[in-house]
Amino acid sequence: MGVLGQSIKRREDPRLITGEAKFLDDIQLAGMAHAAILRSPYAHAKIKSINTDKAKAHPGVIGVFTGKDFMDVNPLPCAWQAGGVKNNANTPRCLEVDRVTHTGMGVAVVVAQDRYIAEDALALIDVEWEPLPVVTDAKKATEAGAPQLHENAPNNIECEWECGDAAATADALQGADVVVKQSIINQRLIPNAMEPRGCAAQYNPASDEYTVWMTSQAPHVMKLLMTAFVFGIAETKIRIISPQVGGGFGAKIYLYPEYVLVTALAKKLGRPIKWNETRRENYIATTHGRDHITDIEIGAKKDGTITGLRVKTYANMGGILSTIAPGIPTTLYGRLLSGPYKIPHIYCHVTNVYTNTAMVDAYRGAGRPEATYVLERAMDWVAEELGMDPADVRRKNFIPSNEFPYAPADNILAGLKYDSGDYDKTLDKALQMLNYAEFREEQQAARKKGKYLGVGFSTYIELCGVAPSAWIGLPGQGWGAGLWESANIRMHLTGKVVVTTGSQSHGQGHETTMAQVVADELGISVDDVIVQHSDTNGTPFGYGSYGSRSGAVGAVAVLRAAQRIKEKAKRLAAHMLEANVQDLIYEDGKVFVKGAPATAKTIQEIALQSAVGYSLPEGMEPFLDETSYYDPPNCTYPFGAHICVVEVDGNTGKTKILRYIACDDVGNVINPMIVDGQVHGGIAQGVAQALYEHGVYDENGTLLSGSMMDYAVPTAAMLPSYETARTVTPSPVNPLGVKGAGETGAIASTPAVVNAVMDALKPFGVKHIDMPLTPEKVWKAMQSNNGGM
Amino acid sequence: MYPAPFEYHAPASLNEALALMAQNADAKIIAGGHSLLPAMKLRLATPPALIDIGRIADLKGIKDMGEKIAIGALTTHHEVEHSVLLRNACPLLPEVATHIGDRQVRNRGTMGGSLAHADPAADYPAAMLALGATVQVQGSGGSRSIGADELFTGLFSTALAANEILTAIHVPKTDAKGSGVAYAKFPHPASRYAVAGVAVWVSIKDDTVQDIRIGVTGAADHAQRAKRAEDALKGKPMTEDNIAAAAKVASDGLTTIGDIYASADYRAHLVTAMALEALHSAHHRAHGW
Amino acid sequence: MKVSIKVNGQLREVDVEPRWLLVHVLREKLGLTGTNVGCDTSQCGACTVLMNGMAVKSCTVLGVQADGADITTIEGLRTDGAYHPVQQAFWDHHGLQCGFCTPGMILTAVDLLTHHGDPNDETIRHGLEGNLCRCTGYENIVRAVRDAADKM
Repeated sequence: MGVLGQSIKRREDPRLITGEAKFLDDIQLAGMAHAAILRSPYAHAKIKSINTDKAKAHPGVIGVFTGKDFMDVNPLPCAWQAGGVKNNANTPRCLEVDRVTHTGMGVAVVVAQDRYIAEDALALIDVEWEPLPVVTDAKKATEAGAPQLHENAPNNIECEWECGDAAATADALQGADVVVKQSIINQRLIPNAMEPRGCAAQYNPASDEYTVWMTSQAPHVMKLLMTAFVFGIAETKIRIISPQVGGGFGAKIYLYPEYVLVTALAKKLGRPIKWNETRRENYIATTHGRDHITDIEIGAKKDGTITGLRVKTYANMGGILSTIAPGIPTTLYGRLLSGPYKIPHIYCHVTNVYTNTAMVDAYRGAGRPEATYVLERAMDWVAEELGMDPADVRRKNFIPSNEFPYAPADNILAGLKYDSGDYDKTLDKALQMLNYAEFREEQQAARKKGKYLGVGFSTYIELCGVAPSAWIGLPGQGWGAGLWESANIRMHLTGKVVVTTGSQSHGQGHETTMAQVVADELGISVDDVIVQHSDTNGTPFGYGSYGSRSGAVGAVAVLRAAQRIKEKAKRLAAHMLEANVQDLIYEDGKVFVKGAPATAKTIQEIALQSAVGYSLPEGMEPFLDETSYYDPPNCTYPFGAHICVVEVDGNTGKTKILRYIACDDVGNVINPMIVDGQVHGGIAQGVAQALYEHGVYDENGTLLSGSMMDYAVPTAAMLPSYETARTVTPSPVNPLGVKGAGETGAIASTPAVVNAVMDALKPFGVKHIDMPLTPEKVWKAMQSNNGGM
Repeated sequence: MYPAPFEYHAPASLNEALALMAQNADAKIIAGGHSLLPAMKLRLATPPALIDIGRIADLKGIKDMGEKIAIGALTTHHEVEHSVLLRNACPLLPEVATHIGDRQVRNRGTMGGSLAHADPAADYPAAMLALGATVQVQGSGGSRSIGADELFTGLFSTALAANEILTAIHVPKTDAKGSGVAYAKFPHPASRYAVAGVAVWVSIKDDTVQDIRIGVTGAADHAQRAKRAEDALKGKPMTEDNIAAAAKVASDGLTTIGDIYASADYRAHLVTAMALEALHSAHHRAHGW
Repeated sequence: MKVSIKVNGQLREVDVEPRWLLVHVLREKLGLTGTNVGCDTSQCGACTVLMNGMAVKSCTVLGVQADGADITTIEGLRTDGAYHPVQQAFWDHHGLQCGFCTPGMILTAVDLLTHHGDPNDETIRHGLEGNLCRCTGYENIVRAVRDAADKM
């Protein structure tokens, strides 16, 4: 019995529970100075002049700089422009020079002996601003007369993108028995990883090399973007290290202006520089997520069969583009709009729009939660319209399990096919856990007593393990590079194994799960494997951790490297045993001649033989050292059924979650405990979107929900306990059979909660309320609709 | 996250503190620091000097004074929450204290600091009004007491003069037969301050209201009595209908505030909803149910 | 200003500006970087330490206010190298993912369990309101604290 599938305890935890882990802000280097950034209080303004004289003269200040001091540094690149269409891209500089397009953009920097002094000096910088008119709403920004943010983007349109078949969908809607139309908002969210961002940099004048510590989910990509695009230097000149990273949820994928700035400052000032983001800065200067305005039309036959879906979305990009912003509401949203359903015709049109708000980019789920929300709300409207049970409508339209691999209609998935699925199974199991029939009776009885219970369903699919390079890349979906992953495995003299991966862990537990993959494959103890990551020196290139891809892409690279180790070990064992390699069996860390287990050589003996190199077969090089660069043939498609049960308080409109049931299928599972943890966390973030969180700007572009006092990151008391279960439908895409689990919870849970609240409000005849379902919105909906009976 | 510089004074006695205040006109008093330091970290407050009264022994402790209980200004919310004396003789305050902030805030924040800061959404002010409590203040010219009804004068403002220090809170015992208290709060999901909080003290005899005081916090720019609601119940039996009628007018006369979380009219509704809940609980407790 | 603070059992004397927050004194002057800073409004609780045995947010205490106090940080929670039962329970129950909130979460849980020997889930959730976690959805944190309560 191997260690794959075992809930072994995480090997990264001892340093974290003792405070010994080193996060970005824990890095101290000799002579280190501290940077603080002056940020725009205006959402849209011209910078007329900046006077730094007083700040420069302040005791303890080492230097004060503005954007004009960095004109030799290129603007940041946008690495994922929407595929197949013209993008009117605009990206930030390390400090803005002429103009700002959202509050929080950096315009000057102070470097001082300590951060307190740096903050003192910020107050001494005089900026002469010329405020310009502001627009924050993506739809309004495209209308005539709206303030224009960028010369190259008329009507503030970054791009217009579509997928599916407009004509066929129009016909399908025309011919439907019922068509439901609804406009919805998927509100702006603020990721709020508990560790804010940060960067520290050191420049070595002798070698002309930089070492940069960065809170990054993708250190290799950062190296590429900084060297090749921003500084125009050889890729070998920058080493990026992600130290312990305290959560990311997407917001730490990107190259940010401050990282470029701190790196440039390290050379300019000839000493190590650190900048650590405050939470206030995190709210205004780190990327936000979601923020869609969407019109939905869905058509169905009387029996509940969906005939067509038309979606038009305005996606808010913010004031300027973050690293992969345009790709999120296009490829990762529109292409997912078939969900788990067999929908004959789909058409989706997306307009990416600039507004005077913080940059919007991927946030946990990234496009897929928005797509799932559209579909899962729409399924409920269809059920309501037809007087059907929402579970039945879903089941009626599920892609049957014998139709995989399945290509969604109208080529919306651009040539890819769903890998495997058995959607009835997860729904069955979830319904069983709920005891659906009993709940409906209870709900009826409660309503008579003026208690409003509701149940909400969300049956979903996800696209994860994002790759294949040829599909996602420039020829296809516009991603500016590849999306394979890498791993190197070295088995040392004593049989200890070092795995290096281009992937990056910021809470997911790669050091445990990847070690499990290797230990299982090589038949050795997991304690004999260490996993190293997050330093571009010493790890092979990789694209990083996001999009639930570290298992389905990264861990598969690890597996393949382990398989190569095994093959070489067998060839060497054949030499040692004077046997034919075809006759050898590798089992439990031993190689032996078939039928003669007594002849076995252990992998440790083979590793020693290989490492010392005394006697190797002709042409074989010493050492067990193998590398894999794995580019999968397809993405993977987890699925599941989530059910939420709520009670809405008629006096206040407050929602209480009574039960939360999640039955997910993420394919094979490497470590159930870790997968459960990912599911819990994802559900929490999705519930938070449904009920609590909202990034709100006023008409001047000031972020009103700009602190943890205003933006409700939920506490333990605001979240329920989760009941989780699993079915296992292995992915045929990769040899591990894994699909990915990092985002399922966040993708599925939001509509489950909203649907539950809307079900509770059924006596009031409420069709839709936009998120978050705050007590006020719910209470007001209950007031405006006939008192409930 | 990085306060501006200031001079720091840590007087050992009240007199020393008062003398320092006289010398530093713009100095701020700090005790637990849970109102002031958050503002200073964001540089929303940049006092040139802080006078830390946290080491003045005279301002600590909860004392039984017969009909009243004296609570030193430096008493933490945790101490209020767990005081056996208060739990027995003035249970409203421990009940309110459990709703303040979070565990760490309660361990460090002080009752005197909270009252002097007079956050419009703080919890204690509602209880002070419902209890008819008084605060003791000391200035260079001597001491005086201020009744709760006079204490809260507006947004973050109190009847304390600039050169006065709040030294203690005097609360009446509410353990007489027929007396009931309760606090109902609708917390803001992020700050956990009250979006609306209603504290009730009621005295009944044969289910008829002899006297009642209702304090409302969170809804307006400062905590206020809900006098219309009190009048609606005085001399009347605490029936469901009477309670509902009183709750309905609990926000009358309040200029409720609106923000991104709750509009002014919804806040007014929440005052009614919280009043309903608090009146029910207080009624039950008055009966010993 | 010179202050002496007993930190993890050792008396430490440091010279600090009055405006320095206790968390910065611990991290920058005393090298105890296990205490993290996650916000600037005293909400997140990542910086929680025990001050005279009570959980406090060290971002909302001035270093000078801690003069004479007894502080326990996450680095001082082990005894003779053995994990505190709360540390052990967090590991056993996967009560952490990124681990950034963990030191503060553990110290608040220690304070909670000092006052409540046998808390139910609701008491645990209420007791941890001053600590935000963005990774775990709190499920396994609650399980860990309950398990630690049983073992303490």
